[in-house]
Amino acid sequence: MVRVDGNGTGSALIQVRGVDKNYSRAGETIHVLQSLNLDVDKGEFIAFMGPSGSGKTTLLNLLGGLDLPTHGSITVAGDEITHMSAHKLTEWRARHVGFIFQMYNLIPVLTAFQNVELPLLLTKLSRSERRQHVEAALSIVGLADRMNHYPRQLSGGQEQRVAIARAIVADPTFLLCDEPTGDLDRKSADEILDLLTRLSTEYHKTILMVTHDPAAAERAHTLLHLNKGVLVEGAHLDSVAGGVA
Amino acid sequence: MKFGGLLFANLFRKKIRLLLTIGSFAAALFLFTFLAVVKSAFSRGVEVAGADRLVVINRTSIIQPLPLAYRDKMMVIPGIRAITHANWFGGVYQDEKNFFPQIAIDIENQRDVYSEIVMPDDQWKTFLNDRQGAVVGARTAKRFGWKVGDRIPIKTTLFGGNNSWEFNIDGIFHNTKPGGDESAFWFQWKYFDENMPADYKGMVGWYVIRLNSPDDAERVAKAIDTEFTNSNYETKTETESAFQAGWAKQFGNIEFLILSIGSVVFFTLLLVTGNTMAIAVRERTGELAVLKAVGFSDRAVLVMVLAESILIAVIGGSLGLLLAAAAVPVLGSALNGLLPVLVVSYSTLLAGIGFALGVGALSGLIPAFGAMRLRVVDALRRV
Repeated sequence: MVRVDGNGTGSALIQVRGVDKNYSRAGETIHVLQSLNLDVDKGEFIAFMGPSGSGKTTLLNLLGGLDLPTHGSITVAGDEITHMSAHKLTEWRARHVGFIFQMYNLIPVLTAFQNVELPLLLTKLSRSERRQHVEAALSIVGLADRMNHYPRQLSGGQEQRVAIARAIVADPTFLLCDEPTGDLDRKSADEILDLLTRLSTEYHKTILMVTHDPAAAERAHTLLHLNKGVLVEGAHLDSVAGGVA
Repeated sequence: MKFGGLLFANLFRKKIRLLLTIGSFAAALFLFTFLAVVKSAFSRGVEVAGADRLVVINRTSIIQPLPLAYRDKMMVIPGIRAITHANWFGGVYQDEKNFFPQIAIDIENQRDVYSEIVMPDDQWKTFLNDRQGAVVGARTAKRFGWKVGDRIPIKTTLFGGNNSWEFNIDGIFHNTKPGGDESAFWFQWKYFDENMPADYKGMVGWYVIRLNSPDDAERVAKAIDTEFTNSNYETKTETESAFQAGWAKQFGNIEFLILSIGSVVFFTLLLVTGNTMAIAVRERTGELAVLKAVGFSDRAVLVMVLAESILIAVIGGSLGLLLAAAAVPVLGSALNGLLPVLVVSYSTLLAGIGFALGVGALSGLIPAFGAMRLRVVDALRRV
């Protein structure tokens, strides 16, 4: 269940209440997000669409604890993250959030295995336990046979799959995907979307995805449209695509 | 060491740059070590000087002599345990490049004053009874391959024109003080005096006095200089360490010179490494942001960048120290004894490692703080 009216029951995995996000640029205040409310239940797969500058990535950053709102509160799995210290927020991120970026953002000098292992280095898992988790994650994304390859030895689609493995390896509470197919050709994009759909249906992962791609948005259970910092529920795909164009 | 893989992967990311940076450290530490060794060589005389010894020279200059008769006059001053005297010979063995100090010594009192000098008693006895005898420090004996029984010609340059003086090597001495001199060539003052021109007979180059207690130094020195005030040969008496320091200063202000060069090396290295680390961090802005996004704390990122910088410094520094340790003895030989023995001591090595660690940490500090303060959102926007 996803709601944007702020009348959620309180049992939602993610609760956003009255969030504003303002930036100052050259003395001028820019209102990126305004009075935003959102309730997301566990296992939801949400796509956020909207024109450039509408606040999609800002919303994702706030939900991922990478940035703080100007006003309002964000609560995830019972933790209100808006008042956490930077250190606590970092720990919270490591435990609850898996990030998937448009440009994959793999570390080029590390192998696929080492890239996926990164979030586990912060845990108390033993070396062999880390290996098991990494191999499992790479198997899910279909790259168990490429674990010793460096990013430069992989295609764009494969790199993004390694990034997805990195995002899921620590079994986070939810995944945040910022244009996960934005840098891929159609075929590779579809493979990534198939993978995200699988993560949602088979592994019941909660996924929040920002995209400009209507085909990507189609895979989500719910489509939300952001326009000028305001979140609109149930926007039709056609109208959203038209808005983007 | 679970972060070791990440650390080393980042370290070897740009191999040429890594090699050049390590090379800069190695070169700088080589220079640092060499300068420290030279400084230590110059100051060793001061370090090993006896706290209970005074040196008496002619007030005008050390090259002006003092009468032998002063010995008995000084001996009555309370606080003096023993007095010996010596003259500089300044001869040449085979070639002018083969420098080592040859000194005519007072055989009766020399060992009472220099108790740190040791050699077999039978060799010393032979020396005492051999007018043309000489005892030589182990370093010089080794340098020229001399052994007891060898007959050594030394050409005089200061006394008696261009004649060769013949000496029998009767003994080889060692110095029990770490870093103490083992390069001198001692022969009998009486043999020296016999061969002096009439106007130089009975004159000594300097006296060395051993005191009952170092606490007497100031009083005895003052008493000696007062005793000979307004005489034809006024004296200048100072502690052995002050005398050695003055001797070293004849070569210029070595300490200042070394400090100046060392400072230039330090700051150049700091800038070079700091710049390299800054570039390395700037190139990895996106990656650092991702690390932070997945849960690496600000402090972890700071430590990672600092560790990288320090690791480069330690690898390069160790390389430079090893090179210096290998090269210093070769340089020492090439200098033909012009400087006291050059030794890369443990303290120099430790100071070198400390220097490398300091530069590594300082040069990594600004980029590391930059990485620590990096905001993930801003950094990802730049990628």
